[in-house]
Amino acid sequence: MTRDDIFKKVAATLVEALNVDEDQVTMASTLQGDLGAESIDFLDIVFRLEREFSIKIPRNELFPESIFQGDPDFVKDGKVTAKGLSELKAKMPYADLSAFEKNPTLEGISDLFTVNLIVSYIESKLASGAKAAA
Amino acid sequence: MRWIWIDRFVSFESGKSAMAVKNLSLAEDFFADHMPGYPVMPAPLILEGLAQTGGILVGDANNFTKNVVLAKIGKASFKRDALAGESLTYTTTLLQMSEVGGLVAGTVHVGDEPIGEAEIFFAHVGPEQLKELTGSDNFVFTGNLQKMLGLAKAAAKKPEASGAA
Repeated sequence: MTRDDIFKKVAATLVEALNVDEDQVTMASTLQGDLGAESIDFLDIVFRLEREFSIKIPRNELFPESIFQGDPDFVKDGKVTAKGLSELKAKMPYADLSAFEKNPTLEGISDLFTVNLIVSYIESKLASGAKAAA
Repeated sequence: MRWIWIDRFVSFESGKSAMAVKNLSLAEDFFADHMPGYPVMPAPLILEGLAQTGGILVGDANNFTKNVVLAKIGKASFKRDALAGESLTYTTTLLQMSEVGGLVAGTVHVGDEPIGEAEIFFAHVGPEQLKELTGSDNFVFTGNLQKMLGLAKAAAKKPEASGAA
């Protein structure tokens, strides 16, 4: 399955789960800001993706919950610290942090949850599944 | 508050399906106001009954060790009103089950006539999230639901007993 095929399926899933129009969904769309996802929607999306792609998505793997738990080593004065950034990279290896790193505010974390994040995650998941099957 | 919107389970097959009935007596409180002179059951309460019938399937899948909340009703449609004096049959099947939650499809019948259907997503939530969503950390499997489970289990035993006879 090509990246474009994955995107099309992910987009269709988001149209169903979030009740948005197809043309609203682009690779760069943020789930909360652009597509209006709420906390329960994240569970719904994970659930639908599992069905759509016949994969298992362990809790916190695609959408980690409360990443920092208010740990002062990770966040200081509303900004994510260097240690926090490496924690973020470890927990969200599929996220594109390049823009975020320039201004790593705590509020900015929600913008890391994009359509692109889901597509990259699924891509890697399917590749590792194929490897395991081979 | 009493919040059970089914009268009896008629069948219960763990991990697969559950069926329950709800009899609509004109004495039900909601008929007084909904609507004056035209007593019909409010559709959200029909959905609640359907969700209770199907939610127990999702809870049962993990032996009621996980908190299950009605997270989303993705689709729901009704063909006509449910009237006082009618008996509704809620039929639910578990479509998908995972760590995240469970998806249930349900239909509402009066006799053989389908009058509504819905697809309901139940989510598993941790204690923290439950508090955030509902303001309570003991919300889902209360005593009343445990009693419902008893009814469900009793219903589940019936086919075996008749099969043995």
